[in-house]
Amino acid sequence: MTSPIEPPAPPEPTTLPIDFAAARERLRSSRGPAFWRGLEELAGDERFQEFLAREFPRHASDWDESLERGFSRRRFFELGLASMALAGMAACTRQPFEKIVPYVKQPEEILPGVPLQFATAMTLGGFAQPLLAESHEGRPTKLEGNPEHPASLGAATALAQASILDLYDPDRLQTPTKLETIQTWALFSDELKAAAKAQKALGGAGLRVLTGSVTSPTLASQLRTLLAAFPKARWHQWEPAGRDEVRAGAVKAFGQPVETRYELSKADVVVALDADFLVSGPHSVRYAKDFSARRRLVGGATEMSRLYTFESSPTPTGTKADNRQPVRASALPAVALALGAELGVPGFAKPAGLDEKVARTVAAAAKDLKSRAGAGVVIVGDPVAAPVHAAAHAINAALGAIGKTVVLTEPAEAEPVAQGDSLAALAADMKAGQVQLLLVLGGNPVYDAPSDLAFADALQKVPLRVHLTSAANETSRYCHWNVPQAHFLESWTDARALDGTVTIAQPLIEPLYDGKTAHEVLSVLLEDSPRTSHDVVKEFWRAEKRGAADFEAFWRKSLHDGLVEGTAFEPRPATPDAAGAAAWLAELAELAGRVGKPGALELSFRPDPSVWDGSFANNGWLQELPRPLSKITWDNAAILAPATAERLGVQPDDVVTLTVGGRSASLPVFVQPGQAADVVTVHFGFGRTVAGRVGNGVGVDVAPIRTRAAGLWLVPGVQLAATGRKARLSQTQQHFRMEGRHIVRSATLAEYRKEPDFAKKLGELPAVEESLYPPMAYKDNAWGVSVDLGTCIGCNACMVACQAENNVPVVGKEQVGRSREMHWIRIDHYYEGNDLENPLIHNQPLMCQQCENAPCEVVCPVGATVHGAEGLNEMAYNRCVGTRYCSNNCPYKARRFNFFEYNADKEPVLKMLANPEVTVRSRGVMEKCTYCIQRINRAKIAAEREGRAIRDGEIRTACQQTCPADAIVFGNINDPLAHVSKLKKEPRTYWVLEELNTRPRTTYLASVKNPNPDLEAG
Amino acid sequence: MSTTFDEPRAADPIAQAPVLAPGHSPGTVTEAIAGLVTRKVAKTPKWWLLGFAVSFGLLNVLLFAVTKLFMTGIGVWGNNIPVGWAWDITSFVWWIGIGHAGTLISAILLLLRQSWRNSINRFAEAMTIFAVSCAGMYPILHLGRPWLPYWLLPIPGTLMAWPNFRSPLIWDVFAVSTYATISLVFWYVGMIPDLATLRDHSTSRVARLIYGSAALGWRGSARHWANYEAAALLLAGLSTPLVLSVHSIVSFDFSIGIVPGWHTTVFPPYFVAGAVFAGFAMVLTLVLPLRPLFGLKDFITDRHLQNMAKVMLTTGLIVAYGYGIEAFAAWYSGNPYEWYMMKNRVTGPYALQYGLLLLCNIVVPQLLWIKKVRSNVWALWTIAMVINLGMWLERFVIIVVSLSRDFVPSNWAMFHATRYDVMTFAGTIGLFLTLTFLFVRFLPTLNMYEMRSLTPEAASTPHEE
Repeated sequence: MTSPIEPPAPPEPTTLPIDFAAARERLRSSRGPAFWRGLEELAGDERFQEFLAREFPRHASDWDESLERGFSRRRFFELGLASMALAGMAACTRQPFEKIVPYVKQPEEILPGVPLQFATAMTLGGFAQPLLAESHEGRPTKLEGNPEHPASLGAATALAQASILDLYDPDRLQTPTKLETIQTWALFSDELKAAAKAQKALGGAGLRVLTGSVTSPTLASQLRTLLAAFPKARWHQWEPAGRDEVRAGAVKAFGQPVETRYELSKADVVVALDADFLVSGPHSVRYAKDFSARRRLVGGATEMSRLYTFESSPTPTGTKADNRQPVRASALPAVALALGAELGVPGFAKPAGLDEKVARTVAAAAKDLKSRAGAGVVIVGDPVAAPVHAAAHAINAALGAIGKTVVLTEPAEAEPVAQGDSLAALAADMKAGQVQLLLVLGGNPVYDAPSDLAFADALQKVPLRVHLTSAANETSRYCHWNVPQAHFLESWTDARALDGTVTIAQPLIEPLYDGKTAHEVLSVLLEDSPRTSHDVVKEFWRAEKRGAADFEAFWRKSLHDGLVEGTAFEPRPATPDAAGAAAWLAELAELAGRVGKPGALELSFRPDPSVWDGSFANNGWLQELPRPLSKITWDNAAILAPATAERLGVQPDDVVTLTVGGRSASLPVFVQPGQAADVVTVHFGFGRTVAGRVGNGVGVDVAPIRTRAAGLWLVPGVQLAATGRKARLSQTQQHFRMEGRHIVRSATLAEYRKEPDFAKKLGELPAVEESLYPPMAYKDNAWGVSVDLGTCIGCNACMVACQAENNVPVVGKEQVGRSREMHWIRIDHYYEGNDLENPLIHNQPLMCQQCENAPCEVVCPVGATVHGAEGLNEMAYNRCVGTRYCSNNCPYKARRFNFFEYNADKEPVLKMLANPEVTVRSRGVMEKCTYCIQRINRAKIAAEREGRAIRDGEIRTACQQTCPADAIVFGNINDPLAHVSKLKKEPRTYWVLEELNTRPRTTYLASVKNPNPDLEAG
Repeated sequence: MSTTFDEPRAADPIAQAPVLAPGHSPGTVTEAIAGLVTRKVAKTPKWWLLGFAVSFGLLNVLLFAVTKLFMTGIGVWGNNIPVGWAWDITSFVWWIGIGHAGTLISAILLLLRQSWRNSINRFAEAMTIFAVSCAGMYPILHLGRPWLPYWLLPIPGTLMAWPNFRSPLIWDVFAVSTYATISLVFWYVGMIPDLATLRDHSTSRVARLIYGSAALGWRGSARHWANYEAAALLLAGLSTPLVLSVHSIVSFDFSIGIVPGWHTTVFPPYFVAGAVFAGFAMVLTLVLPLRPLFGLKDFITDRHLQNMAKVMLTTGLIVAYGYGIEAFAAWYSGNPYEWYMMKNRVTGPYALQYGLLLLCNIVVPQLLWIKKVRSNVWALWTIAMVINLGMWLERFVIIVVSLSRDFVPSNWAMFHATRYDVMTFAGTIGLFLTLTFLFVRFLPTLNMYEMRSLTPEAASTPHEE
């Protein structure tokens, strides 16, 4: 439920700058006879406590260090002194005379203990990710997708959900700083104004603004006003994981920048060229929703879409492919050309030298596409070269897909530019000394700019450099002014999703620190009396809606819904620009002629699936989130195909040096089945040096070898040399073979049609009568879950949802390496088939199965895990003594143990994040999934008060709620009409390890794939 | 020290070697044994001081490791998910097993009137107590929250929560605590006459006071002896089922579980045999060096060594049968998980440990068929050490190797021991040795009155033994 109430506008900041000298002085003077009084004073001084926290930070990420040390001398004295001080205070002081006042009048909407939800949005790569934020008594605790918004429909990506952790990041910049000294916003705005005045005289010739991609109509309007006021100023944009190739491809094909959106609900045949469209990209959630809807074989459905993927490195999307073809990245132009030629698209000619297997798959895909005119679509991945995008547009047009499965609209970005060129131009201007004032609004170009731009060197030629940033980063070190950027949950702004729908993002909490938004910084430049971002955004929309009957009603409705109605772009009829086709076709043919020779290594860059371009590097949830397929945490690696690793004579964990044009980076090897031969895939976003306590030094920075000259996404020539060193990667899964066990069950569509209950036949469920004990009786509710393996895309969204909902701790790389990760739900991957280079890949989300005959319950000596009245295996955390017998006896190994006090040493600010409805577990206690029992109980209380039964769908587990593929369904299996009961009656339903007679409440729907029979035969 | 002891040259080849060297009278027996204890502090032998220092040092390693463990958590060990139990429970079972020899010797052999046991039973009983002390620590140390072990006891308290009697861990609590209690009482009661002897032989006042208090006013009257014999028999009767039950119940920790490699009906007898096997190996490990050091060759003769070697050989064969049945049942059951478990033991990442286990527990003990080997102290001691190692490996293989690869392959993970695993285990050895050294110095290592009963004088007027 969303609330139309807008939180009050934030008042003037109250945090004072910290006087370090005075604080040190206080610390110094607290010795000797003044000891007691001094400590009391110190303890009572908020600013001093902040100072202490900064001076003696506790490292959240390196458990290994702190725990191995255990009780360091310093910590001993810290604690000893603190407890002495506390004892002293309790004994000698009177409580301060401060009145607290309870609510005289309960604020409307706020009920203690009842969370509220507000619609808002975050941006990723500039695009809005619509969200609902849950707020407990004024503090946001969890992010979920906005069900009203077409780009979300209630689901959210792992990254979007984890961004709440950044709000409470103790490493955030807390006050404006100038040359690393603490300053105030007022001082900053005065200085900025003065600089702007000087620029005004020059027409802004020395003023430059650097942003990421901007879709915010308000920000764009401010920037345009700025450019009007300073006509010679320039606005540059840069996203390290940007979509330059997509934009350029559209311009090539249509002569203008158009945005491409796919209607996968209408697509019978999808061909993806190195596109991980289900998991990454601005519209992935909606794509996953639509795509999975076409794959869900329930209610007697026997038709499903077919997906062909040609990928250089396996992706979650690739795991869903019905026909997956590994192909080296440099061969994609040839694949596009071949596909066009097979389809008879004018201008496309069959390229020579395409691998025979690939050619056969291309031919089969083309045949399929042709047979489903108007219901086929070709999708190209963001990093693939622009001519391939252009080719896809031409093919889609030839297939009659435009207007059906492909929707072309105006771009969501306010100013689509080639960002690589834009950044290069800025660097050149800076180097030439033409820039006097640079505003870096967000971003971290010193870290993520292509290294051949030598951005940091150029930056130092600018006399005044201002950086708006949420936390000090690599760029901050090169800037005079660093202004804390408000987190999106603290700020007013707006942004467009890919389809153009605008969300006016509202804050849920006043800025925790002195955070400001880009709107406010620009307002200082533009206006004599700078406005708050609330006013900036609201005034913009008031102007936009001039003439509308009731602006306040519009405003409140937009905030409530999390979207501005009618802002989605209309489909734009566009036909490929035939005249320009010759040029890009020539480019395409040229690229197709440059396929890497077998044995010639090429390097392919991808943003990390979890920490993205490095901006989430200080986010422990994401660092510890196992990367899809590789299951690597806290690291990046040089990903190689088994055959390639064999040829090069390297083993997993061997550190190798990748050299491109004389620059190099050294990474450990990871051998990935399904990887295309001769391709080294490397994720960037690692090796941050100024990220914070969590992100510093995690993984390897590959910036040295990521250059504009050699290629930002694909480097054709790379040398790989073993260093002889080893570096252990911490993975959450090490064994990917099923060993002939029927853990994941799958069939082809043809097999499924012939034998819909194939999955059940692979196992043997003992009859109820075989037990000595009578079955338990469940009067009202009996909870159960059904997981559809056919639709699960393995995107990790459920893992983050669970982590946020259930206060699951982060344990760090060393502990993950010791197999002690704490995730209650995990995504298992299994490889199937004889072909190491192209196996079938299965995903399986696995959490506690809530067995009817639970092996864990019997063996717990103290009854800490017991069978609940509604069939759950309930955990009494404070009864657990930690024998770990339950985990040993759990065949699914769904239990997690607190080997250390993983929740100790938390910064106070991080404690605000915890969900108050879930116990934070202490050291030595076993924990596990209980189907979000807190949500069950909340619904039960509501239902009881209203004197009704719980409605089907009223309770949704955190994993279910956020699943973009709707693969997880929870409900009451006692109710035959419940969605989950119906799913459990589906013939595909099976139990994992049913022969053990555990009778799990979680059942799985077997995976069904729809491979092209022509290719199967060969 | 000679490496072989003299072959008995009895005319009758069937006649057994004596259990007491010829030429002893009750007086010399008492002198020899009590003299070890009552000698002056200054006369404490150098080897004892050295050995005690080393053992005590190891005990302090335990103190360190446990302090660290209590302060930070189980994570200092290498345990993980899936391997929730590793060195902790491996060592627990190992120590419990070692204790079994003592009970077997003191109870079952007493009931079977095997008089050769007389010279080793006190020592074996002491070993039982010390081994159970070591074992008993592990279930507490291995708890995630080791300050709450009393929650496993059925204490009617304000928590109003009862333990879960379905859990084998609760059975363990009863089995092990009963075992420890009975063993301690048995040991102490058996020592009362000898404590009285020490009281009478002590020259220092303090020693007389201590031994005198411990002797509970024993005067050696006929009534005392009659009561004593009755008590010994009763306690032996009580202990006898414990030999079988304790390790059976310990084996239930595993066989009640559903983990492949645990869920096996052969476990109770196989564990008991393994325990006796390991126990005798440990007795030999300790007795062989003590014999020359304490000059006890007259009392612990080649006959004892031969007999103990034979017991090891027999129980070793039972254990070997157990391994065979485990493998056979894994194959014959047709259960893919069991069969995979077996294949994994042989060819998986822990194949080395399994191979060593077979070598230590099956192959090497076969040398004991050879009388020359049984009579060679060095060979015997080496074999005993090999069996000690083998039996530890057996529990490691059952616990860690089974857990590391159970049902769902995505969870499979290796166990890597940390230095705290090693320190904790080494520390319990330190505890065991420290207690042993204190025992041999301050308490009668051999049962004096039973040894006296073996002298020719006593044999002519036999009393109940």
